[in-house]
Amino acid sequence: MKDYEVVIGLEVHVELATKTKIFCSCSTEFGGAPNTHTCPVCTGMPGSLPVLNKQVVEYATAVGLATNCTITQNCKFDRKNYFYPDNPQNYQISQLYLPICRDGYVEIETEEGTKKVRIHEIHMEEDAGKLVHDDWTDCSLVDFNRSGVPLIEIVSEPDMRSADEVIAYLEKLRLIIQYLGASDCKLNEGSMRADVNLSVREKGSSEFGTRTETKNLNSFKAIARAIENETNSQIDLLESGEEVVQETRRWDDTKEYSYAMRSKEDAQDYRYFPDPDLVPINISDEWLEKIRSAQPEFRDEKRARYVEEYKIPQYDADIITLYKPLADLFEDAVKEGSSPKEASNWLMGETMRIVKDKNIEPDQVKLEGSAFSAFLKLIQDGVINKTVAKEVFEAIFDGGVDPVAYVEEHGLKMDNDTDGLKKIIEEIIEKNPKAVADYQAGNKKAAGAIVGQTMKATQGKANPQMINQIISELLD
Amino acid sequence: MKLMSLTATELGKKIQSGEVKVVDAVNEALAQIEAKDDTINSFVTVNKEGALKKAEEVQKLIDEGKLTGPLAGVPVAIKDNMCTTGILTTCSSKILGNFVPTFTATAVERLEAAGAIIIGKTNMDEFAMGSTTETSAYGITRNPWNTNHVPGGSSGGSCTAVAAEECSFALGSDTGGSIRQPSSFCGVTGIKPTYGTVSRYGLIAYGSSLDQIGPVAKDVTDVATILEVIAAHDPKDSTSVKREEYDFTSALVDDVKGLKIGIPKGYFGEGLDAEVKDSILAAVEVLKSKGAIVEEFDLSLIEYAIPAYYVIASAEASSNLERFDGVKYGYRTAEYNGLHNMYKKTRSEGFGEEVKRRIMLGSFVLSSGYYDAYYLKALRTKALIKKAFDEAFAKYDVIIGPAAPTTAPEIGKSLADPIKMYLGDIYTISVNLAGLPGISVPCGTDSKGLPIGMQIIGDCFSEKTLIRAAYAYEQARGGYKHCPAAE
Repeated sequence: MKDYEVVIGLEVHVELATKTKIFCSCSTEFGGAPNTHTCPVCTGMPGSLPVLNKQVVEYATAVGLATNCTITQNCKFDRKNYFYPDNPQNYQISQLYLPICRDGYVEIETEEGTKKVRIHEIHMEEDAGKLVHDDWTDCSLVDFNRSGVPLIEIVSEPDMRSADEVIAYLEKLRLIIQYLGASDCKLNEGSMRADVNLSVREKGSSEFGTRTETKNLNSFKAIARAIENETNSQIDLLESGEEVVQETRRWDDTKEYSYAMRSKEDAQDYRYFPDPDLVPINISDEWLEKIRSAQPEFRDEKRARYVEEYKIPQYDADIITLYKPLADLFEDAVKEGSSPKEASNWLMGETMRIVKDKNIEPDQVKLEGSAFSAFLKLIQDGVINKTVAKEVFEAIFDGGVDPVAYVEEHGLKMDNDTDGLKKIIEEIIEKNPKAVADYQAGNKKAAGAIVGQTMKATQGKANPQMINQIISELLD
Repeated sequence: MKLMSLTATELGKKIQSGEVKVVDAVNEALAQIEAKDDTINSFVTVNKEGALKKAEEVQKLIDEGKLTGPLAGVPVAIKDNMCTTGILTTCSSKILGNFVPTFTATAVERLEAAGAIIIGKTNMDEFAMGSTTETSAYGITRNPWNTNHVPGGSSGGSCTAVAAEECSFALGSDTGGSIRQPSSFCGVTGIKPTYGTVSRYGLIAYGSSLDQIGPVAKDVTDVATILEVIAAHDPKDSTSVKREEYDFTSALVDDVKGLKIGIPKGYFGEGLDAEVKDSILAAVEVLKSKGAIVEEFDLSLIEYAIPAYYVIASAEASSNLERFDGVKYGYRTAEYNGLHNMYKKTRSEGFGEEVKRRIMLGSFVLSSGYYDAYYLKALRTKALIKKAFDEAFAKYDVIIGPAAPTTAPEIGKSLADPIKMYLGDIYTISVNLAGLPGISVPCGTDSKGLPIGMQIIGDCFSEKTLIRAAYAYEQARGGYKHCPAAE
């Protein structure tokens, strides 16, 4: 077999986090009853007209600046004409001739070092509705709630050479966009969708092979599997002397198989032309500057700063900055005077454990910065001990709970009554002659049994340091 | 008293003074429709119950002093391409035969807020595509001046409703002459405002970059008054313009001294009917005698306006009409086999021939490989035409010409030859391409007794100049000439 190389370019759709739709004032909220977030505009009623939501332009521009694009300060919308029932006007308002961003790049980390993935363009467009097939009545129903939700499509150049690079690129985009607050970028919920354009060629060749486009990839795992699958089947075709057919394929992740949706021959002519219902967009230098100066500190800068300024390990900084909500929690806590390492430990340890238990993504953590800071302060001030702290952390984790009030209500304050504690420990010592003997014979670990029983007797509220001190007083 | 023979503003005054009750005006309009519309067919839908109910409400508000405007209680006919909540809105097409909108067009909403009473929805060429009102799915409309002749189009029903005195005034829409040409054929006054002056929200689009709503009425005072009510910046229409002034009635002044009038030679050459030509030149003489300065000049690029227009309007229409697919509203074919077949049959059965012709034309000029050669070239031509007008308006305050090359043709004669019908739009189309305002004012009749209209064209936002010129001419010409059939 010859030595092949895979060439991949991505088209990434990102749903923007605006409150209202791109061309009307309907809510973009996910999950309403069908057709409740609709109006004449987003259902394509005759006579209705689109009016552009300025926030969409602002978000698209911010993403463009963060990905080193040139902003098209005079851009406009075009109509992409095609018939489908989820598309109420039978044309989608998109951008072809003058997309808002062009010629950018992001840098990704690969095994060979830093690599640039170029961005061909970013354009704004409206999402379509959703078709629901009712098998009982054998009819299809349309829900237009999603119709008109703003999207940006980020089109890369064919610069990626492996599934790892694709995932690194998507992670990079996700981090940039989440840090901007422009989208939550959830692959599984469809707020970030990637179509993979893939071809193979002999290593060293400067020509591109015929590419296929694979759609319906809802997770990083699905993307990796689909890339492997498509790479292998293209190589198989070439090896057996056949040709790759330029077509669009749909990935079925449960079957780990993709099937052809349409070939180049049935490629539609979208008859793009400038939308006459919308006026050209003019992004002034002042506005552009305003958006530029409002760009947040991105992950790479944050990561470096955490190590440098807060002296936390590189590994911790890597993990915490991987999700904006965690970085926000960290910074809030440190700002309120927590020890950076203590804050980091809770984010790395308990947070990740609970996230795993709950089977959620770290960016879905709802814990408020104020609650996290107050919680860390309770530990630092010796109000609660580590055992209780875990319970309190679980309680405040989903948000909406004040740790101080919670500790008060549940009587979880650390018991600092020395005399009381001494009495309890004396009783336990009396009942555990073996542990005492072992301890006094030099096996200091034997104290653990006494500490454990003391904790049990005090329902975990005893100050562990104090227990150790009393044991030492009584037995040493 | 024949209330429908009054101008809208005359009737409005009588209603304000209490001399006329709103319900009597509405009843008279309904009676006239009853008497005339079997022959004329101005209306697709008569809003009898709605109008009578509204008459009561409006009368109450007038009596309480809450509605004091000039159009309060005055019956209006609305072209059937403007959405009206709860009232059938068909665009004279089978495909919207059952379509009842859930919202009202901004221009209509403004009229209703001013107390005007919607008496019905008027017939038109299907989706405003046509110049004769013969392409309607709901029968042809006849010219009240001679029922063997067409009323013009596409706002034919709005113009006949005014001429046959079935309403006090009407709203039309003008994409390539659809207000001015039928106004001229029916002996009424119609104005197409500067693009962006009247909101297009709720106007079912034909050619979005060219469409404008405008008033049709008996005289210049009426159209200025109506325009003042319907014109406003609308945040729901991105192409709507915030104008500096909206006081159009302040231009109702009988004074054209020093007004510079340009007469484009090309508008009076070959193809123009001699009687139409004489009538318009005579009207120009009237303005000259009142102190206007008249000069002939060459307006370039006239011959490119028609092809550019049909490329742009059809391209936009082919996309605008895609939403009529049988999925969400309107007509759906009775039997079909799968989605694609449903689309195909619905649209084949739902659209008429002229609409299909323009959808095909528009789809072709936008298709890959032809876009640059047709659509882009047409856009460039449009820009050049605007430039030619800019140069003309550097020299002249207004340009005067015909609204159509002939008076109203006989029924059946135009549709037989679509190219000839398209050529009939020569004097009106470039005004839409350049986004300019234009007014058509009756200036006589031909030897067959059919009305002739003079078109006055102005620079963008110069409606007040047009109104002043038209008003001055009207003062000399004498009051509104009633169509004999309206009796």
